[in-house]
Amino acid sequence: MRKLSIFAVFLLALVIPSLAQQNNDVKVWPVRDNIYLIYGAGGDITVQVGKDGLLVVDAGLANMSDKVLAAIKTISPLPIRYLVNTHFHPDHVGGNAAIRQAGATIAGGNVTGDLGAAASQGAQVIAHENVLNRVSAPTGKQSALPTNGWPTSTFFNDEKKMYFNGEGIEIIHFANAHTDGDSIVYFRKSDVIATGDLFTTIMYPVIDTAAGGTINGTIEALDKIVDMMIPVYGQDGGTLVVPGHGRICDVGDVLNFREMTIIVRDRIQDLIKKGMTLEQVKAAKPTFDYDPLYGNNSFWGTDKFVEAVYTTLKKK
Amino acid sequence: MHVRSKWLGAMLAAVMAFPAAAQMNITGVWNNKLHEDWPDRLPGPELGDYAGIPLNDANRLRAKTWDASLITLPEYQCRVHPSDYASSFADIRIWQDIDAPTQQVTAIHVHHFAWETERTIWMDGRPHPPEYAQHTTMGFSTGKFDGDKLMVTTTHLKEGWIRRNGVARSDRAVVTEYFIRHGNELTWAALIHDPTYLTDTFIRSRDYQFAVAGQIPPYPCESVVEIVRPRGTIPHHLPGTNTFLKEYQDAHGIPEEAAMGGAMTMMPQYRARVSELIKNAKK
Repeated sequence: MRKLSIFAVFLLALVIPSLAQQNNDVKVWPVRDNIYLIYGAGGDITVQVGKDGLLVVDAGLANMSDKVLAAIKTISPLPIRYLVNTHFHPDHVGGNAAIRQAGATIAGGNVTGDLGAAASQGAQVIAHENVLNRVSAPTGKQSALPTNGWPTSTFFNDEKKMYFNGEGIEIIHFANAHTDGDSIVYFRKSDVIATGDLFTTIMYPVIDTAAGGTINGTIEALDKIVDMMIPVYGQDGGTLVVPGHGRICDVGDVLNFREMTIIVRDRIQDLIKKGMTLEQVKAAKPTFDYDPLYGNNSFWGTDKFVEAVYTTLKKK
Repeated sequence: MHVRSKWLGAMLAAVMAFPAAAQMNITGVWNNKLHEDWPDRLPGPELGDYAGIPLNDANRLRAKTWDASLITLPEYQCRVHPSDYASSFADIRIWQDIDAPTQQVTAIHVHHFAWETERTIWMDGRPHPPEYAQHTTMGFSTGKFDGDKLMVTTTHLKEGWIRRNGVARSDRAVVTEYFIRHGNELTWAALIHDPTYLTDTFIRSRDYQFAVAGQIPPYPCESVVEIVRPRGTIPHHLPGTNTFLKEYQDAHGIPEEAAMGGAMTMMPQYRARVSELIKNAKK
């Protein structure tokens, strides 16, 4: 748990400066059709809206919940029915309790039983089981999230499918990528994927080794995401992506990010084969050409990325 | 007086409604003149030729480790040229949208024969989108006439290339373009500002000729698996292992320093330096 807490502090350090630059404004931006991006509340938040209500992917930071809920209200006054967590980090699940509480589960008839109206209180929170494992704790221990922010509907296999607001939605789990509990959310009709932190535009791939993250798992996840995307032409348009952090993207952006990730992995693998220590690998600057793009992030800079890649490749 | 005021008002309204006097009509089909930088365009640049590009050390390493086999990957085969590179290839068609009540140009569109890309240059004064909006290969462009030149500012570009031998242009670049018509000739100049990968502004200009009966054919492109590779494979050279980099230098007698580019290699006075390097090499 201590390692997780350190990671959480780093995550806060990541998002707070960027929020300050935006005067703490949370922005709403249309992605496509009935899909919206909420930006500036920690991790990127994706909202799907339709006649049945809202499905929200990730919840942002806890202290941004009021602003997130206000932003969601500008999209639709309908109730939030589902909240999906892409992973357990606090910039993505911090607002779970508030968003859940503001929502309402679809329930009625036999389903409610003796619970009555209480059965519909709060939105369903969907996540891979490993997210629940990471945010909860045994009785008497301090959990990473308060109980009312824990996932209420978990899955332990590779995929969960649902149909909501007239479109099929796939929640696809990747083991040992960014963490051990990552999921992406694919809106099949809208052709939009919310990737969580498996893909960002502002920093190197974040590999939380303490929580089961690995470089090769990250590459496998990126390969799968690329496989799912169909551009209109070449690398342009078609399937859109809402990353864990950063701007709206298409397949070209994901390909560029995957290209960098694989090249750096190959370079570090080669240096390991040559018998280099971590310090020697760092001194060889295997990310030098990509540092102007990804290396300046105060939370997850070059050193941390190289260390995570080295560590997980050495473990093989 | 009352009648005169009405006439003045009408004349003023008429003058206001006309486009700016210096505004140039650049619509039509334009044939690309390939006389300039020929080897760099249709044949394609040689590996290890970065001369004349103000690239920084990071970009140089990207280029030196780039492997042309990358474009055998299916997902890279139909990759289109970004708008700041598209001028190097083939013919273009330009047309414009007119707002009917005011007869003002609200948008100018450019269709490139190569890869059928199309871009819009917004002329209606709209702002550029925020940082978190999508980037595209065409970018988001706004334009205004500066005298008789159309000046265009483009942001929101996806990562592209300065030269298609591995020299990168980042997604943070801002491109300023000028479309200048001289009778039946059109000059399209792009000034690429990319603090991530360039130490100075890179300037590229291309010339076109008006085609009275010009037509642009389709440009279909279909990806296929050319080489079966394991998943997660990206062709690239590990740093220091690219044996092809010397070929360009050897074939043309270009000193390595010049081939590796940099801001100084853009300057006319660099010719003297090249002569000196060649002289020293012969000693």
